Amino acid sequence: MAKLPTPQMLLASRPEFPKEAWLDTKPLFAPGSYCYPEKKETMELLHMPNPHDWDPAADDWNLPDNWEKILCDAFEERLEKHRSLKLFMDICVRCGACADKCHFFLGTNDPKNMPVLRAELLRSLYRRDHSMLGKLLGKKVGARGWDKEVVKELFYYAYQCTECRRCSLFCPYGIDTAEITAIVRELMHEVGLGTHWIMDPVKNCSFTGNHLGIKPHSFKEIVEMLADDCETVTGIRPKTPFNEKGHEILFITPSGDVFADPGIYTFMGYLLLFHELDLDYTFSTYASEGGNFGSFTTFNMAKKLNAKMYAEAERLGVKWILGGECGHMWRVINQYMETYNGPTPPNMVVPKSPITGTVFSHAAATKMVHITEFTADLIKHNKLKLDPSRNDHIITTFHDSCNPARAMGLMDEPRYILKHVCKNFVEMPENTIREQTFCCGAGSGLNTEEIMELRMRSGMPRGNALRYVQQKYGVNHMACVCAIDRATLPPLANYWAPGVTVSGLHELVANALVMKGEAKRTMDLRQEDLPNVADDEEDQ
Amino acid sequence: MLESLLVVLLIGAIAWVGSYMGLTILFGVILPYVAVCVFVIGLVRRMVYWAKSPVPFAIPTTGGQERSLDFIKHDKLDCPNTKWGVVVRMFLEVCCFRSLFRNTHAVSFEQDPVSKGPRLVYYSSKWLWFFSLLFHYCFFIVFLRHFRFFMEPVPCCISFIEAVDGFLQIGSPRFFLTGGLLLVAILFLLCRRIFDQRLRYISLINDYFPLFLLLGIVLSGLCLRYFDKAEIAQVKIFIMSLTHFSPVVSNLDLNAMFIVHLTLVCTLLIYFPFSKLVHMPGIFFSPTRNLPTNTREVRHINPWNPPKQFFTYPEYEDRYREAMAQAGLPLEKQPNQKPAE
Repeated sequence: MAKLPTPQMLLASRPEFPKEAWLDTKPLFAPGSYCYPEKKETMELLHMPNPHDWDPAADDWNLPDNWEKILCDAFEERLEKHRSLKLFMDICVRCGACADKCHFFLGTNDPKNMPVLRAELLRSLYRRDHSMLGKLLGKKVGARGWDKEVVKELFYYAYQCTECRRCSLFCPYGIDTAEITAIVRELMHEVGLGTHWIMDPVKNCSFTGNHLGIKPHSFKEIVEMLADDCETVTGIRPKTPFNEKGHEILFITPSGDVFADPGIYTFMGYLLLFHELDLDYTFSTYASEGGNFGSFTTFNMAKKLNAKMYAEAERLGVKWILGGECGHMWRVINQYMETYNGPTPPNMVVPKSPITGTVFSHAAATKMVHITEFTADLIKHNKLKLDPSRNDHIITTFHDSCNPARAMGLMDEPRYILKHVCKNFVEMPENTIREQTFCCGAGSGLNTEEIMELRMRSGMPRGNALRYVQQKYGVNHMACVCAIDRATLPPLANYWAPGVTVSGLHELVANALVMKGEAKRTMDLRQEDLPNVADDEEDQ
Repeated sequence: MLESLLVVLLIGAIAWVGSYMGLTILFGVILPYVAVCVFVIGLVRRMVYWAKSPVPFAIPTTGGQERSLDFIKHDKLDCPNTKWGVVVRMFLEVCCFRSLFRNTHAVSFEQDPVSKGPRLVYYSSKWLWFFSLLFHYCFFIVFLRHFRFFMEPVPCCISFIEAVDGFLQIGSPRFFLTGGLLLVAILFLLCRRIFDQRLRYISLINDYFPLFLLLGIVLSGLCLRYFDKAEIAQVKIFIMSLTHFSPVVSNLDLNAMFIVHLTLVCTLLIYFPFSKLVHMPGIFFSPTRNLPTNTREVRHINPWNPPKQFFTYPEYEDRYREAMAQAGLPLEKQPNQKPAE
């Protein structure tokens, strides 16, 4: 990985707009501006169309011979399948309200990263075949035909969009670039173009049950190690039920949380919370992935990877599913799952908290509840004994992940929990939170190392907002409810606001949770000393 | 940009010349009928074209807190979970341009005193919202006012609109506020495209043309009212004859400016269904706005939902049975058992 420029240099190095019109410029595939291509074997294994070897930096991408027909037909098919696509191709007035809402545009100043132009890349192709003026006047009215350079351009910008939907919030017609990007990525896959960072997890998830390719026995082993760590910190070893039938709840969370720091501490938080509640639940090594990298490739792949959840819920005979902290996982669950793979199996019922009796009627169809909804309800009903002073050394802010915010509307539950487990909570500036939140810059399968500078650029709005509260209010912690965030925000914080740590919400919950029969806590879940322990003793 | 201006000027000039060449039948009768037909049929066809494609997924953009727990305040305006709520959301969107109201302008500073480093500041930016709203409402009122020419007797609501619109009581004929404001709004939208670097970069002929066309319509309209005045009574007879499908052109004194105005309006009607102006009906179809945010509560059906194909649990267990048995994980079939055929 190349050395990163300083934040000031990065800002100053954003180029001016090119002199040529956008139809005449082409992206430069410089190292660091694109993700590595997927392997041919992976694509073959997944039965993806037209698998082949190719290199984004090469002139020739070895497209199949009839690539133009494939793409034209595929585009036509998508238009017939998605009203949204037809509409978004037709109704944009290019008012420009979306332009500076995009984190990629703000960080790169590349005009084609303005959502409007990102869509125009496809719209120009649409105009040639679907608008009278486009047919007659061609380039004069922004219409163009397919050529190999256009394919490259579509690929380049479809992977400089994190499908965060921030632009769709500001668009007066609700044009959703996530929809356009998702469809462009589908088109690229039709001619065998995809990225390694996305397709490899898809392959793993297809055959092992999770993105990281953790096999069942290893999965169990890792979770048990985490349970051991829980014991080290609390003196209590939480139970770790796997693939057991007859429980009430199936718990599914992104596999990143059993594997990567700091997600593992969030996972330990879940274990401790469920143990304390004596929750009647089980994990599954088969449905061991909440996330869905398939949703970054094609709708069908998303459906395929998602299908395991209901299948496993049916096999294990659970009543409902509890889902962990994750971003795009919840986009899929909230807006797609029931459509893809419903109706739910007959053994499932409308979720009801066994602790408080609250019926989650808003999840009546999918029968899947977000962990923060579950926990907020517990706190509201005083079912948890919490000692927020254990988090006193933390001044935290909260990062809304794009998908829970703009594709679900989950905003206040995490804040409700956070305020109960941590006394010092500061919001970032209002245009960077809640429904206006900025992406971590690396969602939708862009959280790969080879584009680190690009990630720091696209993460600039989030990074700047974090730095602002860090400098102004002494914020030293950022909580989030997304596994990708837990992977991407630490380098982002390290770059834009060094000294800020990142964690999932349930790590803080478990730190504050006073458990029955626990040993005196001297460490947090990261096994770092709690600074206020000594003070407590003096007080007593 | 200049091309669009020239095209509009050319259309105007042709109409002007045409009126002196005695082509009133062509520009005053045939063209309006054609234009209205093209407009109506074109627009219906575009809407049918959209409606033919299904909405496979419910993808509302949630602009606020969803309905979840009792003690969490639900944002009913921006995250409506009922049909009625969606109606309210759409009303605010269509009539108040709510999404545009959110608009901000981001400015980045390399060295900010508070951040002690780079900082992005988001300034409120309501100009686009204000002038778009001004443009659309003025256009709407001007459009309504024109019904004076289409109806006999003139409905009292039209007279009322005129009375309110002319409340400044300046000049004779009385100055209509909306006409002037419409001009101001169009000029703002045009200047924005020309002088804002980003806007200029994304703008196509397709963006300048309707603005120049509208400018032409408004200028010629203002001209007809205040300067090169049309003979109102004659215009009314003429238009009423059109609406009664028995056009009268002879014996009428219709000035050239009127023909120019009419021709530009007809151009707009013809251009409308084939351009970005279809955002007018389009907004009602927008799936990020017109669907309730109850996607976990009610199943949305995808008519082309493909059959399920996935790596099933039996396949999974077959692959990992030995290892799972060793790890003590529960199994459907023990390793020594042969899987059933």
